[in-house]
Amino acid sequence: MTLTEHRAEKVPARMVRRLTTPDPASRSRGGQRFLLVGLVLASAYSLFPVWWLIVAATKNRTGLYQSNGLWFSGWHLWDNLHQLFTYEDGIFLRWTANSLLYAGVGSLGGTLIALATGYGLARFEFPGRNLVFACVVGSFLIPLALLTLPLYLLFSAIGMVDTPWAMLIPCLINPFSVYLAKVYTEATIPFELLEAARLDGAGELRIFFSIVLRMMTTGGATVFLLAFVNTWNAFFLPLTVLRGEENWTLNLGLYNWSGKRLESGVDLTSLVLTGALLSIVPMAIMMVAMRRYWRTGVTLGALK
Amino acid sequence: MIRSLRWKGAAFTVPFQLGFVFLYLVPIGYAVYQSLYREQQSGLGLGGSTEKFSGWANYQQGLTDPAFLSSILRVVLFACVQIPVMLFISLVLALLLDALTSRVASRFRILLLVPYMIPGVVAAIVWINLYSPDVGPLTPMGEVLGFHWNFFSPSMVWTSIGNLLTWHGIGYNMVIIYSALQAVPRDLFEAARLDGASEIRIARSIKVPYVRGALVLTGLLSIIQMLQIFNEPALFRNVTPQTVNDSFTPIMIIYNQAFNAGNYHYAAALSVLLALILGIASFLFYRLTSREAD
Repeated sequence: MTLTEHRAEKVPARMVRRLTTPDPASRSRGGQRFLLVGLVLASAYSLFPVWWLIVAATKNRTGLYQSNGLWFSGWHLWDNLHQLFTYEDGIFLRWTANSLLYAGVGSLGGTLIALATGYGLARFEFPGRNLVFACVVGSFLIPLALLTLPLYLLFSAIGMVDTPWAMLIPCLINPFSVYLAKVYTEATIPFELLEAARLDGAGELRIFFSIVLRMMTTGGATVFLLAFVNTWNAFFLPLTVLRGEENWTLNLGLYNWSGKRLESGVDLTSLVLTGALLSIVPMAIMMVAMRRYWRTGVTLGALK
Repeated sequence: MIRSLRWKGAAFTVPFQLGFVFLYLVPIGYAVYQSLYREQQSGLGLGGSTEKFSGWANYQQGLTDPAFLSSILRVVLFACVQIPVMLFISLVLALLLDALTSRVASRFRILLLVPYMIPGVVAAIVWINLYSPDVGPLTPMGEVLGFHWNFFSPSMVWTSIGNLLTWHGIGYNMVIIYSALQAVPRDLFEAARLDGASEIRIARSIKVPYVRGALVLTGLLSIIQMLQIFNEPALFRNVTPQTVNDSFTPIMIIYNQAFNAGNYHYAAALSVLLALILGIASFLFYRLTSREAD
């Protein structure tokens, strides 16, 4: 119990420190300029591939192969998008919908389960609590392949391979989300509040759904965001459990097109690049819209 | 705590526990079980096959399999070069950001984090096209400078993958190191400045020792990821199947054993071995780096 209380103080303390950090003001003009040059170069390195991708998505075949890659040459973005959305009866849209379904629904369910588990672990004492937490932390070290291959065999034994369930069910159980949910509960839900609610006669389920979940909006949003990004980026699991292309994710589809390009006579380069650019868009929207949550998540993720 | 309350609290964790058993414990147990068996063809392979207990045979085969061992060696050597380079760049960028006013720093931080927002598969596709002699700008750029780069040649392919991973990873690692830097007490710097220490000296003697913990952590996470590297080589294999063969990394071997060779038993043994190697490597790294701190 003392451990959890100690932890509860730790998170706000860190945030306060960050807010009150004094400006490490510039010592000399020359030094400052040197810093800026270094950072500008690093930013250019970070951004130029994205810039190239944006430019490439606006070019037609000739432009792509013959013009300077870092500058525009004609405007064919709409043609490329049209080709992308109509290729093989709009299979790209199907993959987008699948990715949104797996990442959206899977992360929503996973976040709810993680919040309940984190709350149970942080605010109750029961036999086996430490064991559950040990499982959560221990699972961080398990390689994906060790889980995915037997999971494939189990799923195929019960006929779930190649159905959306094979992607959705694994997303429901995310130990890292549970870990985050526990840390957030410790930081935001005071024991006294729970005691007061119980004295007022509120049932445990009611306390969880109408008090705890509401107070955990920030923590829950972070957990959801990180789970969403994880699922959207997943590759090994979908590659293993999804066979038919109507269930594929965007990543799988792009991987397949990227390989086909050289195997058969069809030139899919333009499709792959336009599709790659589009697949970043939901991620970028998500990250920018939820920037506030994401920053704390990235740094907390480091604690894992 | 009241007895009934205990069980109600435990009930909140039940969905997770059930899922954990079904999605973690059962698969691991199944993999271990499978790794101890072998498939045996009966009657000229016509009567189907039966499973036969084989003890450690699959593990022995794995530990003497030159393809598996060399894939591990390949990945470890690569990790020894790529991870220090990436962490060094991340550290330098975090130190640069830390020396700026926080308003300017937050602008740059967002720009530097852009690669992290891009899914790994898409990042690999983008770089493969940048490297491509047909559509990428890098090959003509090299020609202008007098280099004849072939990013997919056997001698270059690890450099190409390493650059991709570094590009993708520096933003994330920089943020972790940067937030550790923010926690260093500022009065330490003032004291050092009064004593006449230069900014570079302060960075080297105060800031870097303070973020050791963050460096160890980012290093550990990178090692865990690197031993399991699959996506990037799989995408490169699309382009250069001769250079990046199907036993390029441990996970690629496991995947091929399971799905192309249909040898689940051997694949299971290899994935258990990989898990053990991962555990040992993490433990050694942790011990090594924490002993240095004493």
